[in-house]
This record gives sequence, structure tokens and C-alpha cells, in this order.
Amino acid sequence: MELLNLLIILFIGGAAAWVGEHFSKGLSRWISLLFIAIAAVSLLEMLGNIPAPTFLKDPITKDPTTWLIHGKADWIPRFGISFELALDGLSLLLVVLTLFLGAVSVIASWDEIDKHQGFFQANIMWTLTGVIGVFIALDLILFFLFWEVMLVPMYLLIAIWGHEDKAKAAMKFFIFTQVSGLLMLLAMITLAIFVKDVNGYWSFSYFTLLDNNLTSSLATFIMLGFFIGFTVKLPGFPFHTWLPDAHTQAPTAGSVILAGILLKTGAYGLIRFTVPLFPEASIAFAPIAILLGASGVVYGAILAFGQTDFKRLVAYSSVSHMGFVLLGVFAWNALAIQGAVMQLVAHGLSTAALFMIAGALQHRLHTRDLQKMGGLWQSMPRMGALAMFFIAASLGLPGMGNFIAEFLVLAGLFQVYPWLAVVSSAGLITGAIYSLKLIQESFQGAPDDTLTPPDFSALAMSAMIAMLIGLIVLGIFPQLVLDISQPVINALTSEITL
Amino acid sequence: MENLPLVPLIPFVSAALLIATAGRLPKMVVGLLGAGSIAVAGLLVLNIGIEFLRDPTPMSIHLWTWISINEFKPAFAFYLDGLALVMMSVITGVGFLIHLYSTEFMQDDASFSRYFAYMNLFVSAMLILVLADNLLLMFLGWEGVGICSYLLVGFWYQDPANGAAARKAFIVTRIGDTSMALGLFLLVAELGTLNILEVAEIAKERWEVGATIPTIACALILGGGLGKSAQLPLQTWLPDAMAGPTPCSALIHAATMVTAGVYLVARNHELFMMSPLVMSAIAIIGVATLLLAAFTALNQHDLKKILAYSTISQIGYMFLALGVGAYSAAIFHLMTHAFFKALLFLGAGAVIHCLHHEHDIFKMGGLRQKLPVVFWSFLIGSSALAALPFTSGWYSKDEILLATWAVPTLGPWLWAGGIAGAVLTAIYSFRLVFVVFWGEAKTIPDKQPGLRMSAPLVILCVFSIVGGLINIPLEQVFPSQTNAHATGPVAWITMTIAIVGVLVSYLLYLRQQINVEPILNKPALKKLRYFWYSGWAMDALYDRLLVRPYKLTASLLKTELIDRFYNLIVESSVASHRALSITQNGKLRTYAINLVVGIALLAAFLTGIV
Repeated sequence: MELLNLLIILFIGGAAAWVGEHFSKGLSRWISLLFIAIAAVSLLEMLGNIPAPTFLKDPITKDPTTWLIHGKADWIPRFGISFELALDGLSLLLVVLTLFLGAVSVIASWDEIDKHQGFFQANIMWTLTGVIGVFIALDLILFFLFWEVMLVPMYLLIAIWGHEDKAKAAMKFFIFTQVSGLLMLLAMITLAIFVKDVNGYWSFSYFTLLDNNLTSSLATFIMLGFFIGFTVKLPGFPFHTWLPDAHTQAPTAGSVILAGILLKTGAYGLIRFTVPLFPEASIAFAPIAILLGASGVVYGAILAFGQTDFKRLVAYSSVSHMGFVLLGVFAWNALAIQGAVMQLVAHGLSTAALFMIAGALQHRLHTRDLQKMGGLWQSMPRMGALAMFFIAASLGLPGMGNFIAEFLVLAGLFQVYPWLAVVSSAGLITGAIYSLKLIQESFQGAPDDTLTPPDFSALAMSAMIAMLIGLIVLGIFPQLVLDISQPVINALTSEITL
Repeated sequence: MENLPLVPLIPFVSAALLIATAGRLPKMVVGLLGAGSIAVAGLLVLNIGIEFLRDPTPMSIHLWTWISINEFKPAFAFYLDGLALVMMSVITGVGFLIHLYSTEFMQDDASFSRYFAYMNLFVSAMLILVLADNLLLMFLGWEGVGICSYLLVGFWYQDPANGAAARKAFIVTRIGDTSMALGLFLLVAELGTLNILEVAEIAKERWEVGATIPTIACALILGGGLGKSAQLPLQTWLPDAMAGPTPCSALIHAATMVTAGVYLVARNHELFMMSPLVMSAIAIIGVATLLLAAFTALNQHDLKKILAYSTISQIGYMFLALGVGAYSAAIFHLMTHAFFKALLFLGAGAVIHCLHHEHDIFKMGGLRQKLPVVFWSFLIGSSALAALPFTSGWYSKDEILLATWAVPTLGPWLWAGGIAGAVLTAIYSFRLVFVVFWGEAKTIPDKQPGLRMSAPLVILCVFSIVGGLINIPLEQVFPSQTNAHATGPVAWITMTIAIVGVLVSYLLYLRQQINVEPILNKPALKKLRYFWYSGWAMDALYDRLLVRPYKLTASLLKTELIDRFYNLIVESSVASHRALSITQNGKLRTYAINLVVGIALLAAFLTGIV
């Protein structure tokens, strides 16, 4: 149960940050960073104990002992609910991403928060706790618990520290997630009941539930419960409408976590649960899911182009980019899933950076309205150059991770649904259109000489440069990431063929 | 040869340094770094070239496996053969001269360092494009040069018009690139590889010449070439791209990037030969583009736009050559064109530089004595562009037209188109020379180009004249041209037709013997000329067909129709809340009535009365 340490460290970190505020203003930020660092070290230590060849060996999905780390303790034995945590290559990547972007989000809101700084940091840390819990919980009820745990502090982040329309946005975020979460919970319980009828005992363990021989119509219903639960979070078209509001209103750290990590839990759920638990139902459903994905790619991009709010534009670009994830998962071949996984990591970095820039602009200019910006390169060349870089990454320029992701997804999709790949490829063009609009209206154009906002601070620069290097490494040496997820994907694609 | 990876790496490192230092280096150092890195890369290419010519066997250098998923294993690997060598030499050679020129041209610009960062990055990406051993790595270079072109066209970002031109350039080419990407997906799905040699080999095994799949694959990949090389129907971005600094136009929009489409087809010629249909399409697109652009060039009065349209037109010749299978001739023309068009652009830059940013040729005039170096540059550059005998352009264009004539059925028609284009080219290029350098002086130059601007002009003059004598090592790359060369009148017409054009131009613009003004100003002809001037109204067409509908869709969808559905749920809950809360009014009377009515209804229901 060494994985539990990760959760405990982050949770205590949150509490400590809250308390730390009372000793010195600003101390809680450092406490957050410290505990994220401790969590990272403890993760590294865990990984260090695993013999190297294990990382390269294909696991057997149903056999937790073949995973990198696995631990289990009884929790509610009456219903076969246990405290089961496990880690494989896929979850490892996402846990690392979470810790990294967690630190970035702390830095992103370094000077932004005036009131209740300690509680703010606590909520960040507790969201991270929930997210990491989601990535490592392999008991469905435990998974659901963490699913809820990450929701509440995120709700508070938006509702307390958000912008002008925060209450409504926070409520919308909460209800969307809650309703879809309820559907998922119902699906989980139904699944467990049916498996209990066959096995004769209760179990909510992922590894037990994988062996379900549900009839196709029932499986379809349960699968849809999972699918909707995860697709709302992703967010997939047409369940995405909570996202632009939540992003626009959230404080910078909230946006960074939301786009960088929280959305990824939806994608993770699709890869980990939806398809493996219900392979046949997923096969039948794949064309619809892919159609939704393709619609999301194009629709999100067109809407992004129509926006005049910096953050809203980036939020819609996330809808478009997450469409690729849906495409990748349901194309279900190694190329496409690897592309989807790469998209999770690359989009996490590029969008987090763009939201950080958006937050920095709002902090300096007190507006997110693109029509009130222009020519900002003049006064903030560093921020301008970085914005250019991350926009180029986000429009899928080769050399950065996002290109590898989109190329692999589309190449994989082309092998199964060539026409839908053609439609989705329109996203490469529409992506360029809104991206270039964004940089034009903010940093290019005629500068307003009355505005001389200060450029990025050294601390913010260090976070930005780290993400920049990360994206280039992903683009030039993508195999570093692909090698970690490859065994998992090999196992999944060989066990399940759509 | 082990130094090959250093060739793109050195400009890249220089660009990275310039970006990292963000303009804090003194201009002297920036210039040394910017131009020096290209010089070093050029010397390396020279060294590699000498070695290669001694032992001309193609070689690959595998750096690392880029992606490895099951059987799909594109690598970071470079491939050196005669074609790559020619391209590298043009990129670093002409590239160095342009960088050197830029150190003077841009010296008063506040963003001197940013300029060289972009230029170096461009050279690096362009080198990767031509060295890549697989189409995915080529695509990296391909998109890399695209973003650098975007950055340089919009270099003076303070003017939104430049930004618009930059975006147009990127998005139009991106449409082509997306087509190319789809072609790559098709190759991955059908052949399982993107390695250029393997693609050619497996394609020949699996596909029959003229079958549907290779035709689709070639057509899709060609789409990328049409976008980058500004050929019909994706040519509209290049004239606007002239918004960038002139030396960057010389490098990117004349000598190197815009010819990437030609390189793409030449590099994959074995694949393209699987589809005769696409090959014919390439030839026809080439002729159509060269004529269309020539007519437009004839009616422009912006110095750089005339050159831009002439670039489109000249690349049309290269496409014609590719389409008729004269690959060597296409690359030969690519090289000579790089010399004389870079020369013309740098000359144009000098004119603009010395004439307070004047672009209109009819506001110039009489510059022959005032700017002698520039005058000779233009005279030589235009002669080569017009393909006057014994200039470099003459050798390469001659080869293309003769090869075209030799093609069965279509050949003579395509040849006639090419000849008509040659006449027009001669007319518009000498119109330029006569109008700008003869006649009365309308604007007086306030400075003279210095050494760093003049030296590249002189060197390029030399290459524009004798460049046709360079023997490029392509014998091993392309199948040899078996068609016998035409003789007799066809050969004579092909060789001398440009002189006719120059004479016409002389009579019209210099001697003004024939007064064509009254004819030209007839309403019908005026309209036609305006139509040509506007680039055959294709911008307006695309604006109505694509741009406006897209903007309209975006503005219609902006309010998020889907959210209305969710809002409906909210509104209906609020409404039912209101409706039900009416019943909860605190009046005992109402409650009693409700209670009684409810019980009565229930009783009636239960006893079966209702």
C-alpha cells in the first residue's frame, strides 16, 4: 500500500498549507510546493524499487501482480469493497503529469490570490489528492470516492476565487459532473450486482469485474453510464458546455488544473474502464463515439474562432483537442491509443501554459477581452514569445508533443474509419485558424503605448521554460513517453480487439 | 560525411541562442551569429559535396528512432544523395548571401536579433526538409518552414495587415499540408512505412501503375506541394506574403521554401510515377499556373508583387517539368531560379531600401545611373528570368520546354502554353527594368547600398549568368530522359522566343512606339486587366466561398446552441418550482380544498368511477 503514501502526503500538505497561512502570509505556497516535491520523491522511490525490466514487460490487464505496483486492503468486506490501489504505465504517466502541473498551478497563482491564501492552497492540494486517487484506485467504489473528492475542492476554487460570474459557473460545473457521476455510480452498482449473481460474491474490484459476461443489451446500457460519466469530464461533444464557463471563471491555478489534469481523468476512465469492461458494447458503440469525437474536434475549433475572451477561446480549443482523445480511444489500435495518451500529456502542458498566460494577462490588464488587447509583444516580449511557442504547439506543429499525438491518432483512425479521419483532419486547419487569431489579437497588432504591463517574473519563467522543454522533448523524443505506456496498450489491444 | 547532421544543427543552435538571449546581444554579435552560422553550414556542405562527388553513393545517417509503435518506426535519419546535395547547396549558398545582405538591410531594425533567429530557424527547418529520409521527418521540416514563413511575413507585427498576410500564408498552405498529412496516413495504412525508399519499393510491389490507391495517395501528397509552392488552386497566399522583409522574401518566397513542392514530387518521383493521371495533372496545373501568374505579373505595379507572381509562374514551369517526367530539368530550373530570383528580390530590396520604402514601379524611374549595381543586378536577373540566350534561366527553361514537346499527345499543347508563358515572362520582366531604370527619375535615392548588400548582388549576378553551366549530380537520382530532343523549328522557337518578348517590351515601355493606352483603356479591356491584376479574382472567390461562410458559422454558433438545451432543463426546473410554489401559499382554505379534491379524485380513481 505504498501508493497510499502519495495520497496522504498531498492531503496533509493541503492541511499544512491551510495552517501555514497563520504563520506568515505567502508561506502556504511554499508548503504546497514542498509537499508536491515530497510526493514526487516518494513516487520516485517507489519506482526505484521496481526492477527495470518490469517497465518494459507487457502486463496482463486482469492480473494485478503483473502491474508495476499493486496493493489491496479490506474496506467494506460486506460488499466486497476494498482499498485497492495499483499503478501501471498509463497511470504512472498521468500521476507524473499531475504532480508536475500541480506545481505549475501553485506557481501560476503565486501573486494572484489575496484572500484565504492558505485555504486556496489546501483546495489545490486536495484536488490533486483526488485526481491521483482517481488514477490509482482500482476498486470501483474507491474510484468513485476519489472522483467526488476531486470535485468538491475544485468547485470551491471556482466558487470562492473565481471571476465575475463565478457562482453560476461553479454550480454548472458541479451539476454536470455530479449528474454524470451519478449515472456512473448507478452503472457501477448494476455491474457489480450482475457479476455478484454469477460469481456468488460481492466485488467492486476492477480485476474481478473485467470478467463479466454481460448480455449485449445490458452491457450497452451500463457501458453508456460509464461513457457519459467520463465523456462529460473529458469533455466530449455535446457534453462540453460546462467547460468554457468553468474555465473562464476559474482562477489561474484552477484553469491549469482543470485543463491540464482534471479533463484527463475522463480520458483515463475511457481507456481504463469503459472499453476493457465492456469490449463488445464498445465495439458496437465505437462509430458513434468517433462521430462525437470528430464533431468535437471541428465544433470546438469553430467555436474557439468565434470567441473574444482569451480564456474562453483556449477552453474551446480544449474541447477540440479532447475530441482527438475520443477518436484515439475508440479507434482502439496501438497507434491511435498511443496518440491519445500523448495528447493527454502534451495538451496538459500546452494548455496549462496558455492558461497561465491568460491568467497573467488578466492579472495585469484586468481583462480577458481580446478586443482590448493587441501589440502586447512590445511591452512583454518574453510572454509574447512563449505565447507564440505554446500556440504553435497547440496547433500541432511538428517538433512538439501535440503533433505526435494528433498524427498518431489520425493515422490510427485512418486505418479503421478513413472517412472520419478525413473529417477530423479538418481540425488541423481549423486549429490553425483560431490559434493564429489568438496570437494576433493579443500579442501582435498595434501596441497601446499607454499600457506597459510588466513581463513574466523569473519564477513564472521557470515554470514556462519547464513546460516548453517538456513539449519539445515530447516532440523530438516521444518514445520516452510511448515506451512507458506501450506495454499497457499492447496488453489492452491484444486482449481486446475492436 | 558524418558531419551531415551538423548542417541543420548549426543554424538551429544559432537560432536557439538568439531566442534565448532575446535581443540582449549587440548587433555585431547577432550578425556574426546569424550570418556566420549559415556560412559554417555552407562550408560543411561544400566539404560534404566534394567528398560526395568523389564517391557518389547515396548514404543515410540514422540518428535515433523517432517513434516506434509496433511496425511503424519513422526515424530521425538523414539521406544524402545528389538531389539532397543540390538542395543543401542552394539553401546554404544562396541562404548565406541573403543573410549577409540582411545584416545591412536590417541594421536599423529594433528587432534585429529576432529577425536572425527566425531566419536561422528557417534555414535549419529547410535543411531538415531536404535531408529527411522519411516523409514524417520531411513533414517536420515542411511545417517548420511554414511557421518560420508565418513569423517572417508577420515580422513587423505592429501593422495588422502584415499579420493578416502571415495568417493567410500559413492557413492556405496548411490546407495543402493537411491534404499531405492525409496522404501520409494512407501510406501508413497501406504500406506501413513512411521511409521514402521503402515507400517507393513497396509501392512498386503492391500496386499497379494507374491503380486507384496510388492515385489517391499521390493526389493527396501533391496537395501539400501545391500549397507550399503556390500553385493553382492554392497560389493566393504568395503575393500577400510580400509583406515580410524583402531578404526573407528572397530566401523563403523565391529561392527555397516555395520550391519545396517541386522537391517533394522529385524526391518521391517513383511513387508519383505510379499514377500517370496525377502526373498529367501536375503538368496541366503547372501550365495553367504559369500562364495565370504571368498575366497577373504583367498588370501589377508593386515591385515585389511582380516578382511574387513571376515566382508563381516560374514554379509553374518546374511543375510542368515534373509532370512530363523531366525531373532533372525541374531541379535544374529550381536552382537557376534560386539564383536569379534571389538576385531580383535582393535588388528590389535595395531599390526599396534606397527609395524610402517605395514599392510602386511607376513612382520610380531613371535609376540606371543612380543605382548602378542594382541596375546591373536587375538587368542580369531579368535576362535570366526572361531566359535570354546563354543566361542560366535559358538553359533550364530550354530543357523543360524541349522535354515537354517530346511528350506524346499532350506535349505540344503544354509546350505551346510554356512558350506563350515565356513571351509574357520576357515582356513583364523587361517592363520592370525599363520602367524602373529608364525614363525620368521620380524618386531620388537617399542612400547607396553598402558592401554587405552589394557583394551578394554581384555574386548572384555571376551565378545568374553562368549558373546554367553547373553540372548537377542527378544522374543517379532520376531515370534518364530517353526522349530525343526536338530539332528544327521547335528547337529554334524554344531557344529564341524570349527575344520576341523583350522586343515587344522594348517597343511598349521604352520606345513607346506603339501607343497602346487608348486600347488598354477601353472599358472591356480595362475590366479584363483588372481581373488579371486581381489574380483572376481568386481571392474574392475564396472570400465568398470559404472565408465568409466560416466566419458566419462561427458567429452563429458562438452563442453555443447546445447550451440552450441544458438551459432549457434549468428553466423548466425553475418554472416548475414557481408553479408548485404557488400551491404553497400558506392559506389554510386552499390546502383544505386541495386536500378534499385530492381525496375525492383518488377515491373516484380507486373505485373505478373514472
